[in-house]
Amino acid sequence: MSTQPIAHEPPPALPDALGHFGPYGGRFVPETLMAALEALAKGYDAARRDPAFQEEMQNLLRHYVGRPTPLYFARRLTERLGGPRIYLKREDLAHTGAHKINNTLGQVLLARRMGKRRVIAETGAGQHGVATATVAALMGLACEVYMGTEDMERQALNVVRMRLLGAKVTAVSSGSKTLKDAINEAMRDWVTNVEATHYVLGSVLGADPYPRMVRDFQSVIGLETREQILEAEGRLPDCLLACVGGGSNAMGLFYPFLPETGVRMVGVEAGGLGIASGRHAARFAEGVQGILHGTRSYVLQDEDGQIRVTHSISAGLDYSGVGPEHAYYHDAGRIEYASATDEEALQGFRLLCETEGIIPALESAHAVAYLPLLARELPRNSAVILNLSGRGDKDVEVVAKALELTPMRKTC
Amino acid sequence: MSENRIDRTFARLKAAGRKGMIPFVAGGDPSLETTLALVREFEARGADLVEIGVPFSDPLADGVVNQRAYQRALEAGATLRGVLELVAAVRKRSEIPLVLMSYVNPIHRFGGARFAAAAREAGVDGLILSDCPPEEMAALGESLTTAGLHSIFLVAPTSPERRILMIAEKARGYVYYVSLRGVTGPRDRLPDDLAEGVRRVKALTPLPLAVGFGISTPAQAAAVARLADAVIVGSAIEARIEASLGSADLVAQAGAFLGELRAALG
Repeated sequence: MSTQPIAHEPPPALPDALGHFGPYGGRFVPETLMAALEALAKGYDAARRDPAFQEEMQNLLRHYVGRPTPLYFARRLTERLGGPRIYLKREDLAHTGAHKINNTLGQVLLARRMGKRRVIAETGAGQHGVATATVAALMGLACEVYMGTEDMERQALNVVRMRLLGAKVTAVSSGSKTLKDAINEAMRDWVTNVEATHYVLGSVLGADPYPRMVRDFQSVIGLETREQILEAEGRLPDCLLACVGGGSNAMGLFYPFLPETGVRMVGVEAGGLGIASGRHAARFAEGVQGILHGTRSYVLQDEDGQIRVTHSISAGLDYSGVGPEHAYYHDAGRIEYASATDEEALQGFRLLCETEGIIPALESAHAVAYLPLLARELPRNSAVILNLSGRGDKDVEVVAKALELTPMRKTC
Repeated sequence: MSENRIDRTFARLKAAGRKGMIPFVAGGDPSLETTLALVREFEARGADLVEIGVPFSDPLADGVVNQRAYQRALEAGATLRGVLELVAAVRKRSEIPLVLMSYVNPIHRFGGARFAAAAREAGVDGLILSDCPPEEMAALGESLTTAGLHSIFLVAPTSPERRILMIAEKARGYVYYVSLRGVTGPRDRLPDDLAEGVRRVKALTPLPLAVGFGISTPAQAAAVARLADAVIVGSAIEARIEASLGSADLVAQAGAFLGELRAALG
């Protein structure tokens, strides 16, 4: 149990020098990008050790982003589920409404430091695009965001926000018209404009150094949480819970706790219409080792190595691959992975609205959906922390439509 | 080494003081039978080596022309296995060097060692991976070498000298110089720094140098041939194929274009 005094071990030395997490990770990109990745890794390592960079970052995280975000004890939700004490890490209260800005702030500061004049990004739900456009506006850099046309439709509000922030939003209508194809198009832009442009990748995905760099920028979530839970409970939590698309909010929360063997960790993937339907984004349920977008990980693909089109009600989880570090800890048994279907996520969405007066992002609602199951497994005196990675304003229309189509079972 | 058809071809070209013409086609666009006919037509029209693209759902190093070509091929049911069968069919009647150009995932899914053996059996001579630098090729590279296949690597205008030297040491057959910063696809003009880029690479490796990406017209091909050992034309051929889809003279049209390119090289 985590009530024991905890030894402070340094985090595992992953990835290795070439960006490998065991058999996962690496740099699988066109040669044109290799020099840029090497320069980025070097630039990041220098910035990381530079007190001036760290100070500017900390200052902006505090005064611009609004950190630390609260760790909130969800009393009514706890009572409703009748199990462990449930805390919410309120990333939905960060500026722009999601955890994404922790990463974009770091990357755009780094881009400016490296002399780049333009940043590009892919976006699924639009939260990463908004966060990139926001920091680009703050730093006075040109910004272009690639977004699948299906996602532009279901997250129309975020498209308007990005444009208001001065970003050019470019529609991607190839393939599945979602996140996967937006990444393809952003990579094509980067290959073309690599010398003056920095690609702000939005999750713990892609070629090295992205997975470790994004993890580091997001680990502010877990570092704060650790202090906050020690203050609230006087001990470490029993379980951490987060949704996993690419996996950046989950890795941000989990990473500082990895050495704490008493802390259980669960990542929730998008179960879509159910695993058996084949229409989902549960990489750990049906994915096999493969290489997508620069990194080796679990990938949903067919027998011929073609990437499968995924489905999720949540644009931010609708992706065929998953961060390589997640793959590593999946195999190591350190992090458990589950999935929640579209319908379960909608129930989780309503549960949080009704018990706590918080409208969660549909992505985060997948993690909420898993709480009732966890509540049955864990004793009452245990503590669970759920990463509420984003707020749900952007999803209200999608949810309204879904509720019309499938009337919900009453959750209260 | 000299067993490989690629090496024999470049040695022959060098001895004759000629430049190589390398067409690229997406395997299975619009059908594997058509690709078979195209490869035979290209050889008849003077191609020295043919690169055959392995269709992939997410070709992030390719522009829209090749993206559409791969999409058509996938919709028609093309697979890596199908492309290997196509190579075997060409090989029954021809000794032209054949190189597969693929993204790494289909090869990985097939299995590296299994691929190397199957490719050798079919009569493939080399492999280019668009999204796999030498650093990530270790195990697959060994399997290819054991099977007598060449690993052909890309060098880009953004590759620093240190990387060019590392790549040149591992490369076999020829070095594929990417003419431009960007994805594949027809362009109106050649990049301004092409001559300088080619000279930079040639100074660092004795391997034959083939230049590709963006070369679209016979005049451009002729200009590139003055700098390099071989010229690779892909998207411009695919654009001809796309324009002739459904037409009985698709193969003849693409072949006539290849003939013009070949003639421009002298």
